[in-house]
Amino acid sequence: MTSDHLRQLEQRTIYILREAYSRVKPLGMLWSIGKDSNALLWMARKAFFGNVPFPVIQLDTDMELPEVYAFRDRIVPEWNLRLQVEHCPPEAEMDQTLPPATRAAARKTEGLKNLIRRQGYRGILLGIRRDEQSTRAKERVFSPRGIDGAWDFRDQPPEFWDQYKTDVPDGAHLRIHPLLHWTELDIWLYTRQEGIPIVPLYLARDGKRYRSLGEKNITFPIDSNASSIDEIIAELETTRMPERAGRAMDHEAEDSFERLRTTGYM
Amino acid sequence: MVDAAQLRLVVVGHVDHGKSTLIGRLLHDTGSLPDGKAEEVRAISARRGMPVEWSFVLDALQAERDQAITIDTTRLWFRTARRSCVIIDAPGHREFLRNMISGAAEADAAILVVDAQEGMREQTRRHAYLLHLLGITQVVVVVNKMDACGFSEARFREVGSAATGYLARIGLHPVAVIPIVARDGDNLGQASGRMPWYGGPSLLESLDGLLVAAPDSTRPLRLPIQDVYKFDERRILVGRVEAGRLRVGDSLLFSPSNRSARVATIESWGPGNAPLEAGAGDSVGFTLDEPVFVERGDVASHHDQAPKLSPLFRCHLFWLSDRPLVPGRSLRLKLATDEARVSVETVERVVDTETLEPVDRTEVRRNDMATVVLRCRELLSLDPHAESPATGRCALIDGFDTVAGGVIDLVGFPDQRPTVQRRSSDLYMVEHLLSAEARAARNGHAGAVIWLTGLSGAGKSTLAMQVERELFARGYAIYVLDGDNVRRGLNADLGFAPEDRAENIRRVGEVAALFADAGVVVITAFISPYRADRERARAAAAGCFHEVYVRADLATCERRDPKGLYQRARSGAVAEFTGISAPYEEPEDPELLVDTAENSLEACVAAVVRYVVERTAISAG
Repeated sequence: MTSDHLRQLEQRTIYILREAYSRVKPLGMLWSIGKDSNALLWMARKAFFGNVPFPVIQLDTDMELPEVYAFRDRIVPEWNLRLQVEHCPPEAEMDQTLPPATRAAARKTEGLKNLIRRQGYRGILLGIRRDEQSTRAKERVFSPRGIDGAWDFRDQPPEFWDQYKTDVPDGAHLRIHPLLHWTELDIWLYTRQEGIPIVPLYLARDGKRYRSLGEKNITFPIDSNASSIDEIIAELETTRMPERAGRAMDHEAEDSFERLRTTGYM
Repeated sequence: MVDAAQLRLVVVGHVDHGKSTLIGRLLHDTGSLPDGKAEEVRAISARRGMPVEWSFVLDALQAERDQAITIDTTRLWFRTARRSCVIIDAPGHREFLRNMISGAAEADAAILVVDAQEGMREQTRRHAYLLHLLGITQVVVVVNKMDACGFSEARFREVGSAATGYLARIGLHPVAVIPIVARDGDNLGQASGRMPWYGGPSLLESLDGLLVAAPDSTRPLRLPIQDVYKFDERRILVGRVEAGRLRVGDSLLFSPSNRSARVATIESWGPGNAPLEAGAGDSVGFTLDEPVFVERGDVASHHDQAPKLSPLFRCHLFWLSDRPLVPGRSLRLKLATDEARVSVETVERVVDTETLEPVDRTEVRRNDMATVVLRCRELLSLDPHAESPATGRCALIDGFDTVAGGVIDLVGFPDQRPTVQRRSSDLYMVEHLLSAEARAARNGHAGAVIWLTGLSGAGKSTLAMQVERELFARGYAIYVLDGDNVRRGLNADLGFAPEDRAENIRRVGEVAALFADAGVVVITAFISPYRADRERARAAAAGCFHEVYVRADLATCERRDPKGLYQRARSGAVAEFTGISAPYEEPEDPELLVDTAENSLEACVAAVVRYVVERTAISAG
């Protein structure tokens, strides 16, 4: 991978961010405070010349790790972000037929739906990637969601030549995915090149690190000695373990993540 | 470490010819599957009581496994000896054409999978045609399931040459044709022991020979404007350099608004100096030295290599909607960053992808490939697709949905830029001391432009000369401007290219307007096939312009053929001949229509004379 490759990825993301800002209003961005959405925020600052001209939304389950909250409170004033914290409804209100970890994750879906309903967002930017998970591989860059927030993966709009779907009926919204074409390795290479700050939980301590950050009750660290970004990159170039191995909700049933996504999960 | 650029591949072909199996096996053989995935596939296959089915690697969704077809495009990464590749999986099920397009539109190359037993099928051809339409020129053909035909070299040659033959007819030349068994990995990574007669490259070797499309900085600059930001005191224009280079100090021309200004700065955020130039593929921001009005949809270029301007263009498209496309349909056009309403002027042809012959209907149905002419109320900034892909292709939107995509072809459509070039600002109109009324009183009639338009052979010149003689006899100040006569002098410098034809008509329109202003009734006899040109002539002679449509059907004109031009056009000796190989746009609402096929010459002359007398009478004002 050369920096030329990273530059192409970055320039494409900037193009998508600007398309979203031009065509879809009101627009907000989900910030999980993980490595992907931090990189996305970084590129938004490049796209808009130091500004982030839309609210940055955290779907808060009060279950994030303390390092995550600390990172958030440091970055918000430093990057002059308009932060909007949405508290997600309790697990008791979720679909009880879902397996336990999937149910916990579904809280974020409901939080997001509440926020969109209340604030009338037409577009939500989020930092998912195609290589993360096979259902995400099927996503469009501009992906419409019905009034109930559901994703109809059987009836996705055609998307070609960067002519994106930018119009949806009232009440529906668009999920906009400017990082879809990046891989996990690309994100780390870019984070290193640009010096983007990260939550320290990604770096190994006592033989364990978080490869993917989620709520503390349903996300687990992996075995690793990678204590710097260089070491993470070296690890990724040889690993054959999937990125979301430490995410409980992906592994409860063959279709658990798919069920989450069709009902509106990120 | 792989240093070559990433190759984007699309895998296409008929349903069940083994596309997903090929991809699954490729991922397995290149060591690209995550730990446990191969075991998972074996377990799922066993649970369903079938042999190892590599396509399950791709079938992430429960619904797909149940139907055993791939529903949507997906992305899969692997590495060859030389480079990293990403496969955009494109399904073969007929109703999922739009998903295939979504994937294939961004591919550098395609693998076309053909079943050795079944050979080329309907979707094989349709997908190949679509590759051609999408501008993908690198194709590897794999003849799959060679085990099912006993590894027969003869069968391979037969299927391979059928594929090559079809591709050649649409201008595609495969880089390799390879016999494979995707399920077992034969000839994917290395030579197959079961087909010793094959001495060509393996699939992975052939992939290593393909080129990655890169944005081209050597072509003329095209920078469609995405947005204009005013976050602070700077007014920053943003957009992606689709081709060419942008430099500080460049004088830019914006189309279709036709404004210009210089690049003052190229803006960036972050450490380092502000860049002095940007190349193709860069998403840039820049400021101008003058506050000219520029908005999203404008295309920035250099002055000497600007895009064309036309309200009308031809589009080779694929149609994705259940609602058929018919002439007159109004749709929303997305062209680079511009959006505009367009209507369907004509459906020139619907292509049968089986035979590549035109189908006998003018209704474009779901999944059809067709050629149509689209019209916009305003001028659009356009490029032929072959010259500038990013500004030479478009999407069509109906309501909330994208219903078509197509590439632009401007053969036969003139560049209208001369019509909008800003005139010198140092001109001052000098008022005459004589009024139009005084001239009309002297002549006994008002001046007028009687603009005859119609096909070659419709009878314009004959009619004009007869009307001239008749009215001259009645004492009218009258003169005919005829096509061939004008071309000998005033327009001797012009040829017959669309731009020259437009300029020919522009000059005639201006000269006719001067005649009319002088009080003369001037009759012009020019084919003047384009509505836009005639509208310009009407504007030049504001208030005294009369469009007369001299109509005769093409067959009649061709039978008359007074100059032998139709014969020469049919034989190909005359290019872009109106009615044969270039369009004629009928007047929508002419002041007078005379049909010379249905009426005698005398009747037509009388009709025009009567019209001129009535409309130039002094009492008629």
